[in-house]
Amino acid sequence: MGWQWFHRLGSPRWFYQKTEAWVRWLGWLAFLIIAGTIFWVMAFVPKDYLQGHSFRIFYLHVPTSMMAMGGYYAMAISGAIGLIWRMKLADMSMRCIAPMGAAFTFLALVTGGLWGKPTWGTYWVWDGRTTSTLILFFLYMGVVALQNAYQNQQMADRFSALLALVGMVNIPIIKWSVDWWNTLHQPATIKLTEESTMHGSMLYPLFVMMVGFYCFFAWALIKAIRIEILRREYRTDWVKQIIAAENK
Amino acid sequence: MNENSSPMASPGLLPALSAQFKRDALIAFRNRGELLNPLTFFLIAVAMIPLGVSPESSLLSLIAPGVIWVMALLATLLSVDGLFRADYEDGTLEQLSLTPHPLYLMVLAKVLLHWLITGLPLALLSPLLGMWLSLPAEGYMPLFLSLLLGTACLSLIGAIGAALTVTLRKGGILISLIIMPLYIPILVLGTGAVTYAIDGFPFMSLMSIMGAFLAFSIAFAPMVTASALRISLNG
Repeated sequence: MGWQWFHRLGSPRWFYQKTEAWVRWLGWLAFLIIAGTIFWVMAFVPKDYLQGHSFRIFYLHVPTSMMAMGGYYAMAISGAIGLIWRMKLADMSMRCIAPMGAAFTFLALVTGGLWGKPTWGTYWVWDGRTTSTLILFFLYMGVVALQNAYQNQQMADRFSALLALVGMVNIPIIKWSVDWWNTLHQPATIKLTEESTMHGSMLYPLFVMMVGFYCFFAWALIKAIRIEILRREYRTDWVKQIIAAENK
Repeated sequence: MNENSSPMASPGLLPALSAQFKRDALIAFRNRGELLNPLTFFLIAVAMIPLGVSPESSLLSLIAPGVIWVMALLATLLSVDGLFRADYEDGTLEQLSLTPHPLYLMVLAKVLLHWLITGLPLALLSPLLGMWLSLPAEGYMPLFLSLLLGTACLSLIGAIGAALTVTLRKGGILISLIIMPLYIPILVLGTGAVTYAIDGFPFMSLMSIMGAFLAFSIAFAPMVTASALRISLNG
């Protein structure tokens, strides 16, 4: 066995046919975990002594931020695999992650703003983490824009892979510089709440929610890649057969 | 270009580099009008700020470091866009990539020339703009030094964007979009150094960090640029 599975991933057809059966179940799993945890969080988790009910958005904010950050690495690594081993599926996955990652980053900013209003008294603060997240959003949009600028898909893939890799190298530098900048211009009026040790009853739903979000991300990504496969391989016989079967 | 394709007869590395550098410099100086454009842009854009915000010197001196730095960044970004385009369109770039010499060094020579004709003059102009925006006296030295080092980083990173968009008819907005997030650390360090000096703190440590950033960019940015150019040529 060994590396066979990895080589098989090089074939979009193999991927399309293998995921056919279970991708729907992955979607249902993600839905059940997320819906169940939202119910758990709304009904059973005690409210925060300081922030009251508003802290419950934390359970959406933290997982979306995690997906936003992790998505960039997933995109850059997919790009690198595509660049080095010329693996079609990796190129497709990079292209599909870019808009998804941008959407998650946007949601992280929105949920952060909605949470910030009742706790910090404002939707937007130029604090270190918020600013880094905004820049991450711009980095994603750069990759999306570069992807869309080229008619030639192969060139678009190679260029965006390079850009994603440059971005990945830069993310720690940007993060550091923004943190440094923030200590230079620390706004005096707004104090972040101290990082408190959370009680287990508040922590476990977070972990479950993270698992749910990972499942959701995987499901959405596989769905997007399947569509991308059909789009790029529409000239091949096996895709033509699928389309013919659909139209019957 | 009467280049001989056989590696035996081709000139050594240094003659090749200096020939390329001289050629690029000659082309740049033949288009003297274009040479001045980034500098004029820099002046006009900075002059907009007192007109748009307020001529109050207490307010201007507060925002001066940031305004000058952001405008220098935009001027570099606009001028770096066409760094490889003419050479790509007339086939020179393809010839360069066929020489036995590393494309890395060719890119570095091009970026060096770009810095000499945009970044260096921008840094030299900065005292004048500091005067316009009533920059406190302590800020001039760090502003000049940080622009001197920083614009070199901007040119090196901008070249990546120029290479990624070289096959497009107009890169304009796209190159700004993909490169600007990467400029943020330099912007933050540059304005930070000036602010430090104005507030009476030593700023040389920040210059060292910027120097480190420059060394890192020299080592890696032309590598990425060269591979992007190869993709454009073989694409």
